[in-house]
Amino acid sequence: MEIEIHVIHYLVISTVMMFCGIYGFFTRKNLLALLISVELMLNAVNVNFAVFNRYLFPDRLEGHFFSLFGIAVAAAETAVAIAIIINVYRNVKQVLTDDITDLKG
Amino acid sequence: MNILSLFVLIPLLMLLGLWMSRSLNQVRGVMVAGSGLLLVLAVWLAVAYSGLRSAGADEEMLFTASVTWFAPLHICYSVGVDGISVVMLLLSAVIVFTGTFASWKLKPLTKEYFLWFTLLSTGVFGFFISTDLFTMFMFYEVALIPMYLLIGVWGSGRKEYSAMKLTLMLMGGSAFLLIGILGIYYGAGGETMNILEIVKERIPTEVQRIFFPAVFLGFGVLGALFPFHTWSPDGHASAPTAVSMLHAGVLMKLGGYGCFRVAMYLMPTGAAIWGDFFLVLTTVSVVYGAFSAVVQTDLKYINAYSSVSHCGLVLFALLMMTRVSATGAILQMLSHGLMTALFFALIGMIYGRTHTRDIRQLSGLMKIMPFLSVGYVIAGLANLGLPGLSGFVAEMTVFVGSFERADLFHRACTVIATTSIVITAVYILRVVGRILYGTCRNPEHLKLTDATWDERFAVICLVVAVAGLGLSPWWASSVISASVEPIISQLSQL
Amino acid sequence: MDYTILILALPALSFLLLALAGMKMSHRVAGIVGTLSLAAVTVLSYATACSYFTAGRMEDGLYPTLVPWNFEWLPFTPSLHIDMGILLDPISVLMLVVVSTVSLMVHIYSFGYMKGEKGFQRYYAFLSLFTFAMLGLVVATNIFQMYVFWELVGVSSYLLIGFYYTKPEAIAASKKAFIVTRFADLGFLIGILIYGYYMQTFTFTPSEERLMQAGMVLPWALGLMFVGGAGKSAMFPLHIWLPDAMEGPTPVSALIHAATMVVAGVYLVARMFPLYVDFAPHVLHAVAWVGAFTALYAASVACVQSDIKRVLAFSTISQIGFMMVALGVCTDADPHGGGLGYMAGMFHLFTHAMFKALLFLGAGCIIHAVHSNEMEMMGGLRRYMPVTHITFLVACLAIAGIPPFSGFFSKDEILTACFGFSPAMGWIMTAIAGMTAFYMFRLYYGIFWGKENRELHARHTPHESPLAMTFPLVFLALVTVGAGFIPFGRFVSANGHAYDIHLDWGVAGTSIVVALAAIALATWMYARDRQPVADMLAARFSRLHRAAYRRFYMDEAWLFVTKRVIFRCVSVPVAWFDRHVIDQFMNFLAWGTNAAGESLQPVQNGRIQAYTWWFLSGIIVLTAVLLLF
Repeated sequence: MEIEIHVIHYLVISTVMMFCGIYGFFTRKNLLALLISVELMLNAVNVNFAVFNRYLFPDRLEGHFFSLFGIAVAAAETAVAIAIIINVYRNVKQVLTDDITDLKG
Repeated sequence: MNILSLFVLIPLLMLLGLWMSRSLNQVRGVMVAGSGLLLVLAVWLAVAYSGLRSAGADEEMLFTASVTWFAPLHICYSVGVDGISVVMLLLSAVIVFTGTFASWKLKPLTKEYFLWFTLLSTGVFGFFISTDLFTMFMFYEVALIPMYLLIGVWGSGRKEYSAMKLTLMLMGGSAFLLIGILGIYYGAGGETMNILEIVKERIPTEVQRIFFPAVFLGFGVLGALFPFHTWSPDGHASAPTAVSMLHAGVLMKLGGYGCFRVAMYLMPTGAAIWGDFFLVLTTVSVVYGAFSAVVQTDLKYINAYSSVSHCGLVLFALLMMTRVSATGAILQMLSHGLMTALFFALIGMIYGRTHTRDIRQLSGLMKIMPFLSVGYVIAGLANLGLPGLSGFVAEMTVFVGSFERADLFHRACTVIATTSIVITAVYILRVVGRILYGTCRNPEHLKLTDATWDERFAVICLVVAVAGLGLSPWWASSVISASVEPIISQLSQL
Repeated sequence: MDYTILILALPALSFLLLALAGMKMSHRVAGIVGTLSLAAVTVLSYATACSYFTAGRMEDGLYPTLVPWNFEWLPFTPSLHIDMGILLDPISVLMLVVVSTVSLMVHIYSFGYMKGEKGFQRYYAFLSLFTFAMLGLVVATNIFQMYVFWELVGVSSYLLIGFYYTKPEAIAASKKAFIVTRFADLGFLIGILIYGYYMQTFTFTPSEERLMQAGMVLPWALGLMFVGGAGKSAMFPLHIWLPDAMEGPTPVSALIHAATMVVAGVYLVARMFPLYVDFAPHVLHAVAWVGAFTALYAASVACVQSDIKRVLAFSTISQIGFMMVALGVCTDADPHGGGLGYMAGMFHLFTHAMFKALLFLGAGCIIHAVHSNEMEMMGGLRRYMPVTHITFLVACLAIAGIPPFSGFFSKDEILTACFGFSPAMGWIMTAIAGMTAFYMFRLYYGIFWGKENRELHARHTPHESPLAMTFPLVFLALVTVGAGFIPFGRFVSANGHAYDIHLDWGVAGTSIVVALAAIALATWMYARDRQPVADMLAARFSRLHRAAYRRFYMDEAWLFVTKRVIFRCVSVPVAWFDRHVIDQFMNFLAWGTNAAGESLQPVQNGRIQAYTWWFLSGIIVLTAVLLLF
C-alpha cells in the first residue's frame, strides 16, 4: 500500500527533532552535546521552512532560500562554536556548562 | 557660518588643541587663548546684540540659524540669543576664563583635567545658545557628565561619594526633564522641537498639568530647589576649585534658565497651576539655605548652602511671574554666578595653602594673606547685598518685582524671603570674623604666602565684574528686561 | 549748582585712590589726600549752603527744592526706578554742612590720633568711604537712594568699628553693629517696598491721588521705615550695638557714632515728615514715645558707666531720643502751631553733632594721654591738659543746657514743643535733661577733677595733645559757643516758612534751674577726691546699680534671642534636618536602588541552561497569553 506522504508527516518529524533538541539542550551538560542539540533545532526549523514553502506557496522560493540560509548559518555557527568550545576547554579544562560561570558578573 | 556656533566650535577646537599638546605650557596656552577668545566673543556678542536692538531689531531672538539634524523627530541644531542668553554667555565666558587661572597650578593630570573642563564648558555654551529642545537637552547632558569625573578624580574629601551623588541626582532630574520635553513635543503636535515655534502652539491644559512639574523639577534639581538640593553641599565641597566655580557659577544657572525658558515659557497654564506650590518650595529654599549656612563649619558648605538660598531666590523670583521680578531673577543668576565663583575661587586658594576649610581652625588670615582676605570680604559683602556690588542690584529688583503681586499669599512669601538678607549677613560676618580677623593661632599658617599672580588675576577679574554690575546695572537690567517681556506676556495671558 | 556733584565725587575718588594705591603711599601722603579732598568738600558744602540760603525764597515764601543732578540708575518699571542724584533743600543743605564740618575735623584730628598706627591708609580710605556714603544719604533724591547709601554707611561703620581687627571685642562689636542695623534695615526695606508699590514712586513726594487711596497702608510703610531709622539711630531696643561700637578708633566714634550716621534715623523721619504728620500722626507720636523711653533709659544707664566712651555713647542715644521726641510731638506742619518740634529736632541735631563730636574728640585726647577708657585711671587731668579741659567743659555745659551755649537753645525748643504736646511729655523730658546734666558732670569731674591716679601718672605723665588734635577741639568749641545764636528757624522749619525762635522763659527757666541743680548735685557727689555719697548710693541700691551698670541686661536679652533662639532653636535643627532627613532620604533612594539590584542579582548565575529555562518559560507564558486572550 502506498502511504501518501502529507504535510503532517514532515511536521511530526520536525517537531520530534525540535523537542529532542530542546530536551537535549536543557538536560545535557556537555557543551558539544548542547551544540548538537542546537543543530537539531535548527534543522527542524529548516525542514519546516522547506515543507511550508512546498505545500503552501509552491510557486515561490523564499522558504527554500531560508532553509539554505539556515544551513549556512548552522555551518558557520558550528565552526565558531567549536572554536569557542576548544578555547574554553584549553583555558578552563572543562566542557561542562555548570562549571563555566565566570561571565555572570 | 553663524556667529553663535563659534561658542561651541571654539571649545571643540580647544579640545583638539589640548589633545595634541605635549607640555604643560602648551596646555595652558591653549586654555588661555581659547577661553580668552570666548570672553572676547561674548563681549563682542553683547555689544553687537545691544547695537542690533537699538537699531530696531525686534525679533525675539537674534542671530538665529537652524540646521536639521534628525528629520523624523524634527530635531534641529537651532541657535539664537535674546538678552537673557547674552548675559548668561557673558557670565559663562567670564567664569571659564577665570576658572582657567584659578586652576593654573592644578596637579596631577593637568591635560586630562582641562579636557573635561573644556568639554563641560562646551555643554554650557551650547545650552545657552540652543533654541531647540533636544539640542538643548543634549548640551545639558554634555555639561553634566564631565562633572562626575572632575569631582571623582580631582576632588577632595569624600569625592567618590559626592561625585556619585551629584551625578545621580542630576541624572534623575534629567530623566524627568526628558519625559517633560517629550511631553511638550507631542503636546505641541509633534511637529517641531524649536522653542520659538512650540510657543505658538497651544499645548493642552491637561498635558501642561502633567508635564510642567516634570520639566520644572528636572531643571529645579540643578537649580538647587528644596528638597532636591543636597547634592550641592557635598558636590561643591568635594569639587576642585575651578569646578566649584563653574558649577555654582554657571551650571546651577542652567537650572533657572531652563525653568524659565522651557518650563514657564512653553507651559504657562502649567505654571499657573503649579506656581504656588513651587513658590512655597522656593521660599523654603531661600530661608532654609540661609539658616543652614549659619551653623556650618566648612567654608565650602557655607557657600553651598548660601548658593541654595540665592538660587532659591532665582526660582522664587521667576515664579512671581512679573516682569520686574523675572528681570531680577536673571540679574540674580548673573550676580550669584559671579560672586559665588569669586567665593569658591578664594576658598580654593585659601584651602590650597592651609589645607583646611574648617573655620574653627582658621584665624587671623587678614595679616597673613591680605589680598585673598580683602577679596573674601568683598565677596562676602557682595553676597549680603551691599549696594555698589552686584548682589544688591539683583536682590532689590527681585523684591520690588515680587511686591507687585499684591495678594496675601505672595506678599507673605515675599516678606519671608526678604528676611534672608539678615540671615545672610549673619553667616557672612560670622565667617569673616572667624577666619580673617583676630590673630592667627596656628603657627603653621604664619609661614603662608599671599596670592600669586595667576590667582590675583582671577580674583581681580571677578571683583571687577561684580563691582561693574553693581555700579552700573542699567545696561544689564534693560537688556534683560526687554527680553523677559515676551515670556512674561506669555505667562500673563491667562 | 552743578558743582555739587563734586561733593560726592571727591570723597569717592579719594576712597578709590586710597583703597587701590594707599599701601604704596606713605602715611603722610595718604592722610593729606584724604584731608585735602575733604577740605575741598567742606568748602563746596559751605559754598552750596551760602548760595542756597542767600538765593532767597520763592514767591510762596519757601526755599526752592533743587535737583542739580539726577539720573536713572536702576530701572524697574516706568514709574519705579532707583535714581541717583542730588537734592538740595534746607535740611539736606544743613546736613551737608554738619557732615562735612565734623568729617573734616575728624580727618584733621586723626592725623594726630592715628599717628603711627598700622593701617593708617586704610583708615583714611574708610573715612572717605564713610563721608561719601553719608553725603550721598543726605542729598538723596528718593527713598531708595537713601537706602542705598544707608547700607553703605552701615558697612563703612562696620569696617571702621572693626578697624582694630585683631581685637576680639572689636570684631564682635562690628559684627553686632552690622547685624542689628541690618535687622532694622529689613523693616526699612519692606517699608520702602510697600511705599513704592502703593505710591508708584520712590520719590519723597507721591501724587495726591495715590496718597488719598493709600489708606492704612501708608502708616504701615512709614512705621516700618521708622524701624530702619530706629536701628541706625539706636532707639530702644535696637540700641545695643552703639555702646559696643565704641571699640572703634575714637575719632570714628565722634564722626559716625555721635555726629552723623546715628542721626540718619532722625534725618529719615524729618525727610518723610510731611507724610508722617499728615497721614500717620499716630506713628509719629509712637516715634515720640519710643524716643522718650530711649532717652530715659540711656540717661539712666549713662549715670553709672565707668568707661568714658560708654558714657558718651549712652548720652548720644539719649540725645537722639530727644531729637526723635522733638519730631514725634509735632501735630501740625505750622511751626507756630504744633510744628515747632521739627525745627527744634533739626536744630538739636545740628548743635548736638558739634558738641558731641567735641566731647568724643576730647575723650580721644584723654584716652590718648592715659591709654585707658576707664574713669579710674583718670582724675585730676585738668592740670595736664588745659585745652582739652576747657573745650570739654564747654561741651558739657552745652549738652547740659546752660545758656549761652548752643545746646541750651535747641534743647529749650524741644522742651517747649514737648510741653505743647502734653505736659507729661514736657516734664519727662525736662527730668531727662536734668539727668543729662548730672551724668555729664559726673563724667567731667571724674576725668578732670577728683582723685588723681598718681601712681599711674608718675609712670606715664599725661600730656596735652598735638596741634592736629587740639585745633579741631578749639574749632568745635567755638562753634558750640556760637551756634545757639544762629537764627535756625529762618532756614529750617516744618512747613518751610521762616520762623523766629523766641524763648519761652517759663520752660527755659525751669530747665536751667533743673540743669543747675543737677550740676550742683554732681559737683557735690563727684568733685572731691573721695565720693562717699555715690558709693553709699551704689551700695544701698546695689541691685539697681548693677542692673544699670549692665545696661538693664538688654545685651543678655539679645544674646538669648540670637544665640539660643535663632542659633540653637532654628539653625541647628534646620541643619540637622537637612543632613539627617532630606539627605538621608536621598541616600535611602540610592540604597533602595542598590538593594533592588542586589536582590535580583542571583538570577544571573552564569548557567546557560538556567537562562534558557527562563527563556523557554517566557515563551510559554507569552504563547499562553496570546492564545488565551
